[in-house]
Amino acid sequence: MAAPSSRALRRTPLFDAHLAAGAKLVDFAGWEMPVFYGGPSALRHEHMAVRSGCGIFDVSHMGEIETSGPQALELLQLLLSNDVAKMPIGGGAGGAQYSVLCREDGGVLDDLFTYRLDIDRYMTITNASNHERDLEWFNRHARAFPDVDVADRIEDYAMLAVQGPLAREIVQAISDSPLPARMTAATRRLAGAEVIVCGTGYTGEEGVELLCATDDASLLWDALVRRGATPAGLGARDTLRLEVCFHLYGNELSTDRGPIEAGLGWCCREDTGFIGSDAVRAVRAAGPAEKLIAFVVEGPGIARQGNAVIGGGEVTSGTLSPSLGTGIGMAYVPAAQAAPGTRLELDVRGKMRPAVVKDKPLYRKAA
Amino acid sequence: MIQGSYPEDLLYHAEHDWARIDPDDAAIATLGITWYAQDALGEVVFFDPPAVGTVLAKDAPYAEVESVKAVSDVVAPLSGEIVEVNEALSDNPAAINEDPYGEGWLVKVRMADPSERDGLLDAASYKATLDG
Repeated sequence: MAAPSSRALRRTPLFDAHLAAGAKLVDFAGWEMPVFYGGPSALRHEHMAVRSGCGIFDVSHMGEIETSGPQALELLQLLLSNDVAKMPIGGGAGGAQYSVLCREDGGVLDDLFTYRLDIDRYMTITNASNHERDLEWFNRHARAFPDVDVADRIEDYAMLAVQGPLAREIVQAISDSPLPARMTAATRRLAGAEVIVCGTGYTGEEGVELLCATDDASLLWDALVRRGATPAGLGARDTLRLEVCFHLYGNELSTDRGPIEAGLGWCCREDTGFIGSDAVRAVRAAGPAEKLIAFVVEGPGIARQGNAVIGGGEVTSGTLSPSLGTGIGMAYVPAAQAAPGTRLELDVRGKMRPAVVKDKPLYRKAA
Repeated sequence: MIQGSYPEDLLYHAEHDWARIDPDDAAIATLGITWYAQDALGEVVFFDPPAVGTVLAKDAPYAEVESVKAVSDVVAPLSGEIVEVNEALSDNPAAINEDPYGEGWLVKVRMADPSERDGLLDAASYKATLDG
């Protein structure tokens, strides 16, 4: 067992609420965050709450970069892999778009959601571990654009993810007007507080993500928990995202690999000329040497990040799937080993565990 | 299970293990993980026991317990040879959470050096390490 870390960690505005709810806290990217709430079966309980009802996650450790001004689109089009011009605005809501931030060589610096808040105003959500580097990257490239403003908003916003089949109903109950649709974002008043409501998530369920002023976080958290949202920690967040094969930066994504290898070609539009687009185009044309696959372990054992795949490749994430009751994960393997049905052998700390490549996502809701 | 209980009749290792010396045979010790350890792990979903006959070295890992979120090494509080493993944990690893000092025991060892027990902590000293 590792000893608790003693170095100073950042805390979100909901820290006291987490303690009151019995949270187990862990160091996540320098933040003291809840991994689950309460006793041994808590993680499974939280996971199932999101699959069948509604869970609420404090994800205030994630960063925000606001890009605004007449050249905001031009800058974002240079930085982000997706076609930012395709994000709609109007009718009381703006678009939401997933993309990666690449270096010139195609290596992935971060994966990001960007929300269009106004004609010339965008909010990009960063991973906690990458926020400073992303911000530096945004600022460095913004120097070539006189009419753009890049602002670090990490201190201004808290972020809550409300996820599950009942999530929209629960959030709607405290909203002054109908919630924005999936993959759009709009400002609403929730329990009196001004909130950017985003129709996105990281669990494979319906739901919203809420960007609010840090001072309003506790009020919103309490109002939503009172209406039936189950506090859920980063442990359930990880099992939920892995069941639906969403990428986690630092696991599936790094500067060592590009978006095509990661199966993220769908969010890359090389014709926009984004930084790294030449490298991405070349890999797309030639075909990647390795591909990110999803697998299920056959029999006992749980593969973990860093376990080797026999014959080449490595596990990027692994856990026991609460929904499926079996070991699952994702791994980079040679392209020839990537077809669903391919049998793999995983070296799980010296024990060989058989696994089979599966279609993504690993978990699908019953129709 | 009482929150954070640490029975007085056990010896503790700072890496969150306990040892119970067999009252009928002072060369045999039963080993397990503490309430703190199982609580930090969360629901144990897999315990892969080492084989009978495996030799343990004090302070070195000898087994792994896995929760959904992580795998953790279990450190040997005493040196010795495994004479019995808790086979029931294969079907019910959650016993480690539910009854860490009883049904959740991991292995029994024949101690190589019974004087090593003098280097272990009593319940009060172990609890003091948790408050630090």
